[in-house]
Amino acid sequence: MNTVNIIPLFVIIPLFSAFFISFIGRFVKRAYINLVSVIACSSLLFLSFSGLNLLRSSAAPALVYKIGGWAPPFGICMVLDGLTNFMLITVNLVAFFVSIYSLNYMDKYTDRPKFLTLFFLMLTGMNGLIVTGDLFNLFVFLEIASIASYALVAFGTEAEELEASFKYTIMGSLASSFIFVGIAFLYGFTSTLNMADMASILSAKQNIWIVNFVAVLFLMGFGLKAALMPFHGWIADAHPSAPASISAMLSGVLIKTLGIYALMRVFFNVLGMTDAYLSVLMFLGSLSIIVAVILALSQWDLKRLLAYHSISQIGYVVLGIGLGTPLGILGGLFHLFNHSIFKSLLFLTSGAIDYSTGTRDLKEMSGLREKLPVTAKTNLIASMSIAGIPPFNGFFSKLIIIFACIQKGCIGYALAAVIGSILTLASFTKVQKFAFFGELKEKYKAITEVPLAMKLSMIGLAIICILGGFLLLPSFRFFLNDAVGVLLEGRDYAKIILK
Amino acid sequence: MIDNSKTGMSLIVKTITRLTVGLILLFGIYIVLHGHLSPGGGFAGGVIIALSFVHLMLAFGKEVVTSKISKNLASNLESIGALMFLSIAAIGFFGGSFFLNILKKGEPFELFSAGTIPLSNLAISLKVGIGLLAIFLALVILEGAKKER
Repeated sequence: MNTVNIIPLFVIIPLFSAFFISFIGRFVKRAYINLVSVIACSSLLFLSFSGLNLLRSSAAPALVYKIGGWAPPFGICMVLDGLTNFMLITVNLVAFFVSIYSLNYMDKYTDRPKFLTLFFLMLTGMNGLIVTGDLFNLFVFLEIASIASYALVAFGTEAEELEASFKYTIMGSLASSFIFVGIAFLYGFTSTLNMADMASILSAKQNIWIVNFVAVLFLMGFGLKAALMPFHGWIADAHPSAPASISAMLSGVLIKTLGIYALMRVFFNVLGMTDAYLSVLMFLGSLSIIVAVILALSQWDLKRLLAYHSISQIGYVVLGIGLGTPLGILGGLFHLFNHSIFKSLLFLTSGAIDYSTGTRDLKEMSGLREKLPVTAKTNLIASMSIAGIPPFNGFFSKLIIIFACIQKGCIGYALAAVIGSILTLASFTKVQKFAFFGELKEKYKAITEVPLAMKLSMIGLAIICILGGFLLLPSFRFFLNDAVGVLLEGRDYAKIILK
Repeated sequence: MIDNSKTGMSLIVKTITRLTVGLILLFGIYIVLHGHLSPGGGFAGGVIIALSFVHLMLAFGKEVVTSKISKNLASNLESIGALMFLSIAAIGFFGGSFFLNILKKGEPFELFSAGTIPLSNLAISLKVGIGLLAIFLALVILEGAKKER
């Protein structure tokens, strides 16, 4: 099926799977539910690649799908352009590996149908947010994904998890209210909710105060969802409390889709990027890089440490995008992709350690390298990726961001990125030393390596970590360049969609 | 069960409830079926229908509803509502587009008109009404479990 009709399937397939699993969950064996989830995730992954192929072969800058046959300014439209493709592949790639990992990992928990229902609702929200071309639709999908993730953080229903979920719910609702008020102001001012139409109306009017006001609201709202530095309070509780497969989704793709993607789309394509916004983004990005990594250094809970590193790495993405130059945006987006791969791998390996030993405390672990060889090796690869050791993917994206900083003349920010990278290396040296090297403790003599499905998904992600650098080769570069092109075209987005 | 004087609220509340609950239910059904013609629709109607059941539970005690509708039945019906809405939207693919209204539109302002919109309203009312009722049932059942402990 190689037509424009595949675009709504990104919403239909996960939404159908969610309610189908919740419906049949009580009557059928667990194997069938697992089968449905894996089929749904792999078909989504296949569809994202065929979407890429479709856009390349059509040679148009963007494909527009009219829902119900209503043309864009009046009806709701779905848009498939370079940035959409990039995000869809990132999200569905991680979701595919997480769904495979969950086959075995979720044995620790009861009620698998509920887990998968929430998981697919979260996926619906993220995919819908990415493909939609309507600002209010974006808000609705953002809420679907957020509310599903609030429930998933509390999935263990222990006191600690419920507290984290409560905190996350309060902060998340606050963020949603900011975004909602921002959308209401824009709607009141432009009388339209279609993003392309809104962009063309806003660009016809010059120097309007409301754009700056709305930009601040959106920065707070999407910044909270993305866990940028001054708005990061919820992440350090929410990520450790969730099941590992959900932490991988939250940190790997949720904060990027709900936060970074929505921020980029609204700021670049609708509000129009100015130097003032860019400098705010650059400052917040480098603040996140430095402060979060220092906070991470002192953590002993493995997943909490990874959560702080999420903030720090999000800082790199925002710094890259905030530079506003083609090279900077390329570096930012490339780091977004790489981070979603290696951070989900890190969370999955931390889940594997938890699965085998039952602890997340680094002081409790030691010498696990002998007993968990696959986990140890994949974790080593991911640690080297996040620290920016040369052959792995994290090195290339950080290098591009640092080069872009120097190219633009922001030596201070380049220095911040370098220092952040060194401190990240220090932090992950600590993880390696305490978790995998050293003497094996007596109580862990009997543990075994995790089941096959978990191993497979960790190995798959590790392979992408190693090969990720190849995306910069000229023959694969279109994947990133198309996404960069969408952001650089700015408000010309409107002309492309509405033509 | 309805005539048990031990459960629920006082006689005055029960009598008033007997008189009004049917009207509330009927009003909810009217809002759902007239959703494509007048203000309201599946969501509002579904909420009103759910409230009529909540009203019964408040006045006569929770057993009136929990004996008829279990939590499992409620969540199954909720999933069916969501799947119905999705399939009505997917019917549009036969005409070429997601959510396309391919049924006959009929005369404007007639009850049977507007193609798939009344059907969507029915699916939404099932999803929303049963969903709200399931939330209320969950709260009631949790509260009962807490007291037993």
